[in-house]
Amino acid sequence: MSKFLPLWPDQASTMAGQVDALYIYLLLVSGVMTAVIFLAVAVLAIKYRRVPGREAHQIEGSTILELSWSIIPFFVMLTFFIWGAVIYFQERTPPADATEVYVVAKQWMWKIEHMEGQREINELHVPTGQNVKLIMTSQDVIHSFFIPAFRIKQDVLPGRYTTLWFKATAPGRYHLFCAEYCGTNHSGMGGDIVVMEPQDYAQWMAGGPSAPLQETGKQLFTTLGCATCHRSDVQGRGPNLQGIYNKPVLLEDGRTVIADENYVRESILNPTAKIVSGFKPVMPTFQGIVSDEQLNALVAYVKSLAQPPPGTAGLQNQPAASPAQPEKVQ
Amino acid sequence: MASTAIPANQAPASTPKLNYLNNGHTLRSWLLTTDHKRIALLYLISVSVFFFLGGFFAMLIRLELLTPEGDLLQADTYNKVFTMHGMIMVFFFLIPVVPAVLGNFLVPLMVGAKDLAFPRINLLSWYLYVIAGALFLHCMINGGVDTGWTFYTPYSTVGSNTNVIEAGLAVFIAGFSSIFTGLNFIVTVHRMRAPGLTWDRLPLFIWANYATALIMILGTPVVAITIVLVAVERLFHLGIFDPRLGGDPVLFQHLFWFYSHPAVYIMILPSMGVISELITCFSRKRVFGYKFVALSSIAIAVIGFLVWAHHMFVAGISLYAAMIFSFLTFFVGVPSAVKVFNWTATLYRGSITYATPMLYAFGFIGLFTIGGLTGLFLATLGIDVHVTDTYFVVAHFHYVMVGGVLMGYLGGMHFWWPKISGRMYPEGWAKLSALFVFVGFNLTFFPQFILGYVGMPRRYWQYPAEFQVLNVLSTAGSSVLAVGYLLPMIYLLWSLKYGPIATDNPWNAAGLEWKTSSPPPTFNFDETPVVTWEAYNYDEIPDVPLEAPVAR
Repeated sequence: MSKFLPLWPDQASTMAGQVDALYIYLLLVSGVMTAVIFLAVAVLAIKYRRVPGREAHQIEGSTILELSWSIIPFFVMLTFFIWGAVIYFQERTPPADATEVYVVAKQWMWKIEHMEGQREINELHVPTGQNVKLIMTSQDVIHSFFIPAFRIKQDVLPGRYTTLWFKATAPGRYHLFCAEYCGTNHSGMGGDIVVMEPQDYAQWMAGGPSAPLQETGKQLFTTLGCATCHRSDVQGRGPNLQGIYNKPVLLEDGRTVIADENYVRESILNPTAKIVSGFKPVMPTFQGIVSDEQLNALVAYVKSLAQPPPGTAGLQNQPAASPAQPEKVQ
Repeated sequence: MASTAIPANQAPASTPKLNYLNNGHTLRSWLLTTDHKRIALLYLISVSVFFFLGGFFAMLIRLELLTPEGDLLQADTYNKVFTMHGMIMVFFFLIPVVPAVLGNFLVPLMVGAKDLAFPRINLLSWYLYVIAGALFLHCMINGGVDTGWTFYTPYSTVGSNTNVIEAGLAVFIAGFSSIFTGLNFIVTVHRMRAPGLTWDRLPLFIWANYATALIMILGTPVVAITIVLVAVERLFHLGIFDPRLGGDPVLFQHLFWFYSHPAVYIMILPSMGVISELITCFSRKRVFGYKFVALSSIAIAVIGFLVWAHHMFVAGISLYAAMIFSFLTFFVGVPSAVKVFNWTATLYRGSITYATPMLYAFGFIGLFTIGGLTGLFLATLGIDVHVTDTYFVVAHFHYVMVGGVLMGYLGGMHFWWPKISGRMYPEGWAKLSALFVFVGFNLTFFPQFILGYVGMPRRYWQYPAEFQVLNVLSTAGSSVLAVGYLLPMIYLLWSLKYGPIATDNPWNAAGLEWKTSSPPPTFNFDETPVVTWEAYNYDEIPDVPLEAPVAR
């Protein structure tokens, strides 16, 4: 990208090329449309300028013409819609093998926490060729995580998680912007996405002494007393959390929800919102007791319970078991 | 200025007739008037004040962005400046400008009525506008507001420590002014059309304002109640939008855009109506496909209510909601495209002259085409994710809302100026300023499309150095644009005293407003007109060369 007059952003993710291809298609179609209209207006305005002795020729209209210039553009627009929706569907569906990174936004900084326990502020290091999923929340107002070189953006909301995923392709340093106005230093709430070759990344990751996120979560799970009700051996007063992540859960009111990150988060902060079938609403709220970072660690721990321990590979792909029955895994 | 565009066969009135302007000269006769034409002038003065104030803030924004560092203003000041610019331009200029000035003046004249249906409510609507405006100015002097014109929660309810409630109250009151105008237009069009003026004979400007009025009365209450909810959460900490109180911040965006998306059609539809009048008159032709153009206004108003969540594709709505709203958004593209195609087709086999209003009409088609097509980019999900909340969006909505609305407004202002003031504007200066507006506008906003795609987010006080060249171009363009906007104000005021006296119908235009004197008498018509002709019957109106100079 020219540093003097950039006309096109860097391409540094698998999505960038796809978005650019669609953008070029739109530029071509709309360029042709603009040229046709401008030319038509210019030619007609000159050809039919007032000439003494020549009168305007009154024309009522033409239903066939009206219908054709309503319907044909609509079908052209349908191609925009379909292509755009295909890309959006991919952007909104993180691959199952993605490495997860937790992001907490606050006025005016980005706090990043890797699963390995590495923490960063206003910088995110990622390897090339690896799917990375960001699980993001905000401590205060709405922010938006925007990486132009990756062509992706997602608002970051207080009170719940939103996610974003990408696969970086080209090593380098790229802008990270906050794209949703968030107060005084909104334009300063940026940073860098540092894309590294996998071996450099591994080296960088090994540099910091820290406990993996789910380990932190596991400790919290004990110290906060969660483990007394949510037992891992038998059903306690609260549901057994082994293997519930991303599985359907039958609720007391008959609904079924997927136990995703937002569900786990909500169940910690507002436990009576969705009561699992067969249980009593006895859990106290942890709103104000756990910080967003601790919450992320707890969520990471609950999610880790869904993974089979080493040596039982293959059980992962079992069909979702009914949450009422104890999981066979472990 | 050689041609004053006065046909040779019509002699200007020699003695000043009693008209709405000279019927009472006291301040009281203006401030307590119920004459829709005088109220239109009161609106003209007040929206012009806000336009130049909003323009002043726009220049501050452009000057700050001349350099990457935040050096001219402080960050908080900058945030307030772009908020003031947005709120003033949207709520106090773009929404009222065409309906409340040109619409107020023309709707009764065009339907052959003595006044609007509720003249006192019309005056009340102006007073509400003035109260809202005064409140907003007070809020501004008192420290201003920094939420952006969109009032996004929870920033507006818990984040900002500026005068959010006062600004909200001003917008709330201005909303009622808009509702009253809409109500008046709807009743007037339904009940007060002259004998013979059936729906399919109505001028397209009336259709456009009728569609606008529908949006005004159906949409505005929603934004009003939304602003009340923001105030309630701010004042009493009732959890509505703030998740810490149990609210949902995205709910605000749904409620806000449910009005504020249709609001862009409140702005653009009346200008589209103006363009239909201009193109027919200066092509000497009936509009191509009258019914399609008329019904496309209604279609835009109706479909416009079903697309609001296209502002929220990255806001955390579900995947499938986003897809449905993207799909519906393309439907709005159809009636808008129909209008552009029909205007272009109207030129075919016409007898076209290039008076200033027609230049603005050409400018409108150009800018609206670019604005509309880039709207399709934003409706396309995969592209929107990248460009939303960047300068691409800023460029797009300025092309539609400034390029479109202002081109229509200025074109209409020049076209009806002889009717409003009884004087002709200076044609040479007017053409020059139309050129300044067109060139300045494109130079200001076209670079912003590129700026947005390379990734510069909107509402940024400072930015990475590589974006500077495009920002400098934009700032340079804005100074040309500013000249283009200042010139009409100067020469139109000048023409009030020194402009050549206008005849009743200087353009040989169709439409009832041209069948009364310029300026019209207080009750518009000496006798109620009876309409026996179709709209735009240019084949029946003598085609006198407009170029014919008149010895004065």
